[in-house]
Amino acid sequence: MNVLNEWAFIGMFAVLAPIFPALPIVIAWLFRPRKPNVLKSSTYECGVETIGDTWVQFRVQYYIYGLIFLVFDVEMVFLFPWAAAYNEMSLFGFVAGFLFIFLLTDALFYAWQKNALEWK
Amino acid sequence: MFESPTIAEFVTQSNLASTLPGTLLVAWTLLLVLVDLFAGDEREHWTPLGACLGLGVSFVANLFVYAPAADQQTALYGMFIADAFTGFLNIVILVATLLAVLMSRDYLMRAGIHRGEYYILTLLSSAGAMFMVAANDLIVVFVALELLSIPLYILAAFRSIKNDGGELALKSEESGMKYFILGAFSSAFLVFGAALVYGASGTTNIPQILEVAPAVVDAASSATFYLVVGTALLIVGLGFKVAVVPFHMWTPDVYEGAPTPVTALMSVTAKIGGFAALLRILVTALSVLLLVDGGVAAWQTTISIIAALTLVLGNFVAISQRNLKRMLAYSSIAHAGYIMVALAAAGTAGSADSATQGALVYILAYMFTNLGAFAVVMTIERVDGGGGNIDDITGLARSRPLLAMAMTIFMLSLTGIPLTAGFVGKFMVFAAAVQAGLVGLAVIGVLTSVVSAFYYMRVVVNMYLRDSSGELLPALETVYVRWAINIALAGTLIFGIFYPLASNLVSMVSIA
Amino acid sequence: MVPLWMYLAVAAALFSLGVFGALSRRNAVAVLMSVELMLNAVNINLVAFWRYSETSTDLLLNGYAFTAFVLIVAAAEAAVGLAIIITVYRNRRSVIPEEAAALKG
Repeated sequence: MNVLNEWAFIGMFAVLAPIFPALPIVIAWLFRPRKPNVLKSSTYECGVETIGDTWVQFRVQYYIYGLIFLVFDVEMVFLFPWAAAYNEMSLFGFVAGFLFIFLLTDALFYAWQKNALEWK
Repeated sequence: MFESPTIAEFVTQSNLASTLPGTLLVAWTLLLVLVDLFAGDEREHWTPLGACLGLGVSFVANLFVYAPAADQQTALYGMFIADAFTGFLNIVILVATLLAVLMSRDYLMRAGIHRGEYYILTLLSSAGAMFMVAANDLIVVFVALELLSIPLYILAAFRSIKNDGGELALKSEESGMKYFILGAFSSAFLVFGAALVYGASGTTNIPQILEVAPAVVDAASSATFYLVVGTALLIVGLGFKVAVVPFHMWTPDVYEGAPTPVTALMSVTAKIGGFAALLRILVTALSVLLLVDGGVAAWQTTISIIAALTLVLGNFVAISQRNLKRMLAYSSIAHAGYIMVALAAAGTAGSADSATQGALVYILAYMFTNLGAFAVVMTIERVDGGGGNIDDITGLARSRPLLAMAMTIFMLSLTGIPLTAGFVGKFMVFAAAVQAGLVGLAVIGVLTSVVSAFYYMRVVVNMYLRDSSGELLPALETVYVRWAINIALAGTLIFGIFYPLASNLVSMVSIA
Repeated sequence: MVPLWMYLAVAAALFSLGVFGALSRRNAVAVLMSVELMLNAVNINLVAFWRYSETSTDLLLNGYAFTAFVLIVAAAEAAVGLAIIITVYRNRRSVIPEEAAALKG
């Protein structure tokens, strides 16, 4: 029974959640004036039309940035609990956290020295 | 929440000293990164030298870890364990890495690659293997396995060479991609299995799983189901890593495409790490709980079937291989099968220790012999990675008699002929299997060894009996690879001739 | 409370989807995505087991810590894997292992 109640909540959410964003759009659509012209219906009303194919290969530097960012970004999973528990931590946790930050710095230093951070 | 201990208390409580072999190696490697950054053009000389020194430091630290089971210590609050098992395998890993570094020095010089990262990745991978044999917790098993594997993915993809026609002669990058995909796939199985075992037992600590498990099995509830499925998935995940049938498909391609020193390294350290984890998990954590009537672990049948399949397929497919590296790849699958026999024998109550010791001696013999064989293959390879076919060594005995003799001894040892280390290993494994009541498996092992003699001896026959039709092979090797071959040869012969030596070394080992 | 088996069923379904994707897709990047799906199924399992375990307290965060490690390792693995795949693509213009491979199975 308990389980069913919780599922009922999810069901209500599933029904109500799409209505909220859809409602303003529908209302606006009902009351807005309709005066289309060429400029208005273009893809980028206040931008520049693209020249050629947009599916071009990105430069390699972009991937290197992306990969370095990915690793450092996800490493935050360890640092966040460390920071949250900072005031109640034993020396063990403190040293371990600093060791971890040191390792990250070492890796960053390596990437920096290998010119991986320069946009050429 | 905790009383804050002083630094001294912290060091004793966490028992950092027993993790020193692995942690020192990692710390040294991080230092080596900086040395390599600032060494400039000199890095070609300094980085390999630094790598060898780091291995030496770790070796000395490891001598203090080597202790009989009664004196075993856990470190970092039960995450790591330091006993004779760890100490022995650490030594095997360090020697294997030293040989691989010596080979790599030669290989990189020849290929004209001056990159210090190569050695750094090699050392990191070995540190991962050392953490894995010391792992006392499923989390550590997983993280150490990744530390072992991820550098190997990069190393396998380290070099691709274009030949004159602009085609890739050595398929190093593809080999790396294949190894990565299969490796990541198998890690997912491993960690799913670990999660289920954790769910069933409520802990990830291996000795604590042993304590909880009998109750879980007796309860015959859903937890029992999680435990069995989890164990099966762990076997699948680690089976990929050690390359046993039916999880072996990636091995020949990856071994053939990767640079030869990397192939040599991964054929040894990855297998050591995988088997150490299998032994610790199956024998230490899950032996008691899965005991059914007759004092036999429930996983024994599964492991026996895998072992038998691996022995038969590895040895028979190796016969048809023309490329030496591919042949050694299938041979390494077959050797994983022999170690699996020991693992199966460890499933019988009372013979866990003798089987584990057999597996360790086998790993020691396999390490020396296999690295030696790969070193010889590397010396006759052309710079573009070709020239490693079985016909290319025809007449080697005439042009390079000493090299041919070394190769002959390695081939004899891989077959398991007496007076070589390979014989001692095989003898101990089969003795353990018979003692454990697995006579059928031991018979399959002996018969497939006879089959293996066929393809190993063909190499010897090609070197000695057939006339050399082509040109004499140029002497490509440097002093480094010669030393690697010498050390491997010495190990193969010493442990073969003084056969009680190896069994004395492992006599303290007990993990059950 | 939602019973444990529902979480496990979701995780098992995700894991199976991942296995199916990894085996049926030929593009290396798609295989990598499938593997990530498998690892995230593991994370659901771990957190669910931890939440429902009798020994779970504020102090015993085994399953929780395991999840963090799986996340981090998955990221490291993806970074290395993508780097290798990009290298292969630059030389081959293809990331399909069978097409790229002159290595025969």
